[in-house]
Amino acid sequence: MTVFECLLLVFLVMCAISVTLSKNLLNSIIIYMSYSLVMSIIWIILESPDLAITEAAVGAGVTSVLFFVTLKKIHAIEREDSDKESSGQQKGGE
Amino acid sequence: MGRKERFESWLNGERDPYLGKVEMKPQKERLLPRTLLKKYKKDHEEAVAQVYDMTNNRQIKYFEKAYRILGVLGCCLFITIMILTVSYLPPIGVADKPVNNEVPQRYIEDGLQETGAVNIVTGMILDYRAFDTFGESNVLFVATITVLILLRALPGHGGGKGKEEADTAKEEARQEANDRIYEPKNDVILQRVAFFLVPMIIIFGIYVILNGHLSPGGGFSGGAIIGSGLILYLNAFGFSKTERLFTEKTYKGVCFCALTFYCFAKSYSFFTGANHLESGIPLGTPGAILSSGLILPLNICVGLVVACTMYTFYVMFRKGGF
Repeated sequence: MTVFECLLLVFLVMCAISVTLSKNLLNSIIIYMSYSLVMSIIWIILESPDLAITEAAVGAGVTSVLFFVTLKKIHAIEREDSDKESSGQQKGGE
Repeated sequence: MGRKERFESWLNGERDPYLGKVEMKPQKERLLPRTLLKKYKKDHEEAVAQVYDMTNNRQIKYFEKAYRILGVLGCCLFITIMILTVSYLPPIGVADKPVNNEVPQRYIEDGLQETGAVNIVTGMILDYRAFDTFGESNVLFVATITVLILLRALPGHGGGKGKEEADTAKEEARQEANDRIYEPKNDVILQRVAFFLVPMIIIFGIYVILNGHLSPGGGFSGGAIIGSGLILYLNAFGFSKTERLFTEKTYKGVCFCALTFYCFAKSYSFFTGANHLESGIPLGTPGAILSSGLILPLNICVGLVVACTMYTFYVMFRKGGF
């Protein structure tokens, strides 16, 4: 196993743990997106490019977008906006 | 009352076929003396305060501690079992592991001659195991229908309502479900980026679908890529642009045609294969775009279904309908 693979695997485990530990749902989804991206690189290393393409398109693309829309539907992102306005701190937009 | 009307009224929830018309009688309000009410309220508040008194309630304390400890223990146990299982798996690249039987051997050795697909994975999923893929496409279709049932912005179809009232209720439901009204529209940066990216994403998706039998990829991944491209386009330019090319009718037509074609084509090929007949579908030269018999059209079918499904999911979540 090369150093690169080790790094990727460690990153994967860190992502998986921090998704569950993150308090903010929006952050969890973004971490999950990066998890999927790294997973697709690992699929390429494991010599299955078919899965890699699918993982990148479905895992990092469509699923996360659907998660975002669901958060919007259950009004979980709105609170974030009002926080921004009240405290005056400008974090990165959506 | 005709049969059809009865069925319709049952479908609308106005009538139970066994009990007759469903009716609720207004009940009299139960009045209590004021002192008793006050006492009840006080009792209730005391009970709530005792139950949710986190600092003094021993049960809650113990429960929270036990919950955390048991949660960590459960996770550790699960991780241990999984890692033990992985350690018992045969190492990668060993010749005599149990998965290396005659099935993959045949796929690898004869796959190119029998299916004509250079990419053996596609040859497997769209030729040897085409019915699995057919089921997969149908699962996607059924999932869309389920999402439609759950999320569609229903027009108010109460029985006694007039048409105008129904229209306003429908409009309200639309407004409620259509959360795009609260967003900034016509974002210039997003539109510029989408202007360059969307054609490339969609062309890449088409390439992945059409080259499914030659290079990695295929119907599912290509369809997902096209679907994401469409979602990006919708985000940048709004519903008015996408509705010119993609409406509910398009979705129905495309999905129905693709699934039906898939079903008939594969039924024909399985029928001829099982009866040792000549299917009459030329396999072509391996490596050419127009080769490998039915795999290319089947790939296109799966790609269309997947792209439409992904896009429809998103539209359902955003607007609750087309």
